[in-house]
Amino acid sequence: MEIKKIATREAYGKALAELGAQHPDIYVLDADLAEATKTILFREAFPERHIDCGIAEGNMMAAAAGMAAMGLVPFVSTFAMFAAGRAFEQVRNSIAHTLANVKICATHGGITVGEDGASHQCNEDIALMRTLPGMVVMCPSDAVEARAAVQAAYAHKGPVYIRFGRFAVPVIHEEDALFQIGKGEVLRDGKDIAILATGLMTAEALKAAELLAAEGIQARVINLGTIKPLDEELVLAAARDCGKILTCEEHSVIGGLGEAVCALLAEKEPCPVRRMGMQDAFGTSGPAAGLLEHFHLTGADIARAAQEMV
Amino acid sequence: MNEQSLKELSLLATRARMGILSATHAAGSGHPGGSLSSADVLTYLYFKEMQVYPARPDWPERDRFVLSKGHCAPGLYAVLALKGFFPEEELTTLRKIGSRLQGHPDMHKTPGVDFSTGSLGQGISAAAGMALAAKREGKNLRVYTLLGDGEIQEGQVWEALMFARHYQLDNFCVIIDNNNLQIDGSIEQVMSPYPIADKLTAFGCRTLPIDGHDFEQIEEAFETARKTKGVPSAILMKTTKGKGVSFMENQVGWHGKAPNDEQYAQGMAELSARLAALKGEE
Repeated sequence: MEIKKIATREAYGKALAELGAQHPDIYVLDADLAEATKTILFREAFPERHIDCGIAEGNMMAAAAGMAAMGLVPFVSTFAMFAAGRAFEQVRNSIAHTLANVKICATHGGITVGEDGASHQCNEDIALMRTLPGMVVMCPSDAVEARAAVQAAYAHKGPVYIRFGRFAVPVIHEEDALFQIGKGEVLRDGKDIAILATGLMTAEALKAAELLAAEGIQARVINLGTIKPLDEELVLAAARDCGKILTCEEHSVIGGLGEAVCALLAEKEPCPVRRMGMQDAFGTSGPAAGLLEHFHLTGADIARAAQEMV
Repeated sequence: MNEQSLKELSLLATRARMGILSATHAAGSGHPGGSLSSADVLTYLYFKEMQVYPARPDWPERDRFVLSKGHCAPGLYAVLALKGFFPEEELTTLRKIGSRLQGHPDMHKTPGVDFSTGSLGQGISAAAGMALAAKREGKNLRVYTLLGDGEIQEGQVWEALMFARHYQLDNFCVIIDNNNLQIDGSIEQVMSPYPIADKLTAFGCRTLPIDGHDFEQIEEAFETARKTKGVPSAILMKTTKGKGVSFMENQVGWHGKAPNDEQYAQGMAELSARLAALKGEE
């Protein structure tokens, strides 16, 4: 069977245009990247509510906060590197500290940006955004979850950061899958080890579980579409039931999902954990799929790591 | 401007200066220098220029003000208290635990504060965003923002000006408090932003250079700004840092230091004398 592949940024652009038709208070701000972030789909439908800010991300973030203070709901898009990295302090002071109802929708997260290389491959955004009080941090795994995350972000009052990818990834959810901020989901049950994944690594984790099953190892696969607030109940139950945790993220192992899980388990349910992700390293140029292999982030890599732990 | 208005504004601005001294003295820290240099324009804004009502601080159609140079919060608080947004006695709670008057403005704590600021260069962007929102949503209101002359060293200020010109925000008025001093020295010594007027004009603003302690010039500038169509206005005010307190005037050391008891008494005596002189003219 052919598996449908869609980039989450593509799903974001479509979801935004859909949502814009229902809610006249949605404005979209972009920094000269509307074609790449896919906010162009919103711009085509609602040109008067799409504000191109030019290549000036700091101003864009604070301007969005000002628009939110006027009662609008701004969705702000640029690459993750510039949204969370370059404009971090504007996000911190003008958006998070003011509890602004701004939705930061960053595309091109992680190494699967591909050929553009390390300068554009942001592996630190989740770590940065997690530190901000009140900031919701989401990282959808596929197109279905991406669309649901955009809707949930609008419904939530307050600042939200969502990371989307450039690379087309398998659709692993049914069209009508439910999504709730702060809730993870068990995609496959098992008792030998729990694989906790976010973003495109969730599809890789499912592949790993297949490989493991062939070896007689039953892995529980949990998708964590929200990293903050973390679904503590689900993670603690996984630790209790499986006794071993493997975390997978297309992000630095410093400050991301892996550390969030470790912090929780260290305090409430200590158990062995291994963190897969970028091991304190920058990315490099190359095709996205090749980079996942190069940095040992494929389903086969996850299966190997899981076997070592069991 | 008639004699009566001029006198009323002068009285209010003097009382605002007394509030600035009382607040920073009680706090034992804070920024009196730039608060004093901007006390006149802040007084004019809240008592003559802006449509704001203390009884309804959240009225959606009100004009907005963003103190981009957030460290001059004592100046803003003193004027907000005079206007009636909160009791004047509260000024001496500045910077204390539990106070509504934070070291830098907080929109969720202080009635009358339209946006939280403190990190330089960001308030102007937020204000520009407000002006754009007002325009797109068909609201007939104006947005004002006050910046320091050191603050314009931040690149983001120029991003915001580009944005304001590009989107033709003629409901947007930038005010620059050109008192010529920043923490490490004069602005020329530290990192000269001059010629400021030329730069503002080059960025597409209607530039209005004035004496920032002359209420007639302030009034004229705001009237011109109001009539300006298609471009944002930038009022470039020449001011004296520490204005109104003799030993603080033009002294770089009074950027971010509170008066001690003796200095406070002297400053208040000078301002009281000024108040009495203004009243005596009646």
